[in-house]
Amino acid sequence: MKRIAHRPVGAAMFVAAVAFGIANLTPARAQSMTHDMSNMGHMAGAMPADAAMQAAGPNQVLINNFAFGPATLTVKAGTTVTWINKDGDAHTVTAAGAKPLFGSQPLDTGDTFSFTFEKPGTYAYFCKIHPTMKGSVIVR
Amino acid sequence: MDDTVFGRDSTASGAASSRRSLLRCMAWAGAGTLWTVVGGVPTPFRLATNEAQAAPASGFAFVQISDSHIGFHGDANPDPNGTLTAALQRITTLPQKPAMIVHTGDVSHLAKPEQFDAAEQMMKTAKLPVHYIPGEHDTLVDDGKPFFARFNPDVKTGGWYSFDQGGVHFVALVNVVGLQANGQGHLGDEQIEWLEKDLNGRTTSTPIVVMAHMPMWSLYPQWGWGTDDADKAIAYLKRFGSVTVLNGHIHQVVQKVEGHVTFQTALSTAYPQPTAGQGPGPGPLKVPAEKLRSVLGVREISVTGHTMALADTTLGT
Repeated sequence: MKRIAHRPVGAAMFVAAVAFGIANLTPARAQSMTHDMSNMGHMAGAMPADAAMQAAGPNQVLINNFAFGPATLTVKAGTTVTWINKDGDAHTVTAAGAKPLFGSQPLDTGDTFSFTFEKPGTYAYFCKIHPTMKGSVIVR
Repeated sequence: MDDTVFGRDSTASGAASSRRSLLRCMAWAGAGTLWTVVGGVPTPFRLATNEAQAAPASGFAFVQISDSHIGFHGDANPDPNGTLTAALQRITTLPQKPAMIVHTGDVSHLAKPEQFDAAEQMMKTAKLPVHYIPGEHDTLVDDGKPFFARFNPDVKTGGWYSFDQGGVHFVALVNVVGLQANGQGHLGDEQIEWLEKDLNGRTTSTPIVVMAHMPMWSLYPQWGWGTDDADKAIAYLKRFGSVTVLNGHIHQVVQKVEGHVTFQTALSTAYPQPTAGQGPGPGPLKVPAEKLRSVLGVREISVTGHTMALADTTLGT
């Protein structure tokens, strides 16, 4: 097989735009990026956005669009909280800190994780796959 | 020198910037883009007009594969097994037979034994030695012990290691264990001290290839695209004349140059991800099915003396 197959420029621009996207752009580069990024619109739009509108039930946290919702949940001591991964990507629910009190297995789309909070306090957690995703449970 | 490098086109001499921009895009129009690293500076050129240089007469070559996510079953790619298999088949068509494969992580999607097993069986079909580096998806269970037991059973501490091949010193780093909330990739002091000792006494003319899963610079910390203590590791690498840092994680090609150190992120074999900051997060990006293989790929690195040529080749058009 010939190594250098040719492909439509449109697809090539996707890769080029990717490379441009993170840069400290000079004006000339920024100009070309604006052009390139217009081709990205339909791709970025393919990410599920409507799922975020779904409300969580009592003592539930939904994972949608790389966010825990509600980000802060307040419950009474002894309550079992359930997380449901409604996102297209896998996530975890992992207590923050050196000795995590709780931690889920990797949650695929549709998977759930539950934990019962016995003692009052504030429990911060995050996703090990996407550490910028954070949430907390306040137990009264 | 501190710059991020794009696909310049050497044929665009004297052209207006808009024309250069167009040609820059055209440079990507082939399924492969070749980067020759001389003295740490990658120099791209159009493969169609420089094909002879794509196959050095001597030296050796190896292949980087990344982010196969075996076990993923979302809309962005219903068949990651099929695309990994296509990537391995693509290797057999390369002009220079590679001596080995390096897999820079996220071999599996959820660190499940059956996912590791399926990936390993597929990788074996290439009939080449494979060096594995874990991604954060591979270490989700038990701090990666199942991954290390399967893929790096002879490696003792923490999963990092080094080896020499063809005059090049290869260093495999682990920056996906012990991730903290809001954090980026992390190496840890023990690993950095090991790196210092590992590099100690090596001549500065030794070409170094560093492999890690997450980017070894702050590419986009808002999405965790970086390694919080990478600077400490890079400090020990700066004295070498040629350092090539290969990583995956972001499922797209981005380059950065810092002196003699070049950072090269790779395409995935499973699905693309959005450009930094585009959309709610760094998740699977669905592209039209017929375009998927044009945004997946493998990378071949040809080594001739101190010169490294990197070719990113997509799986389809």
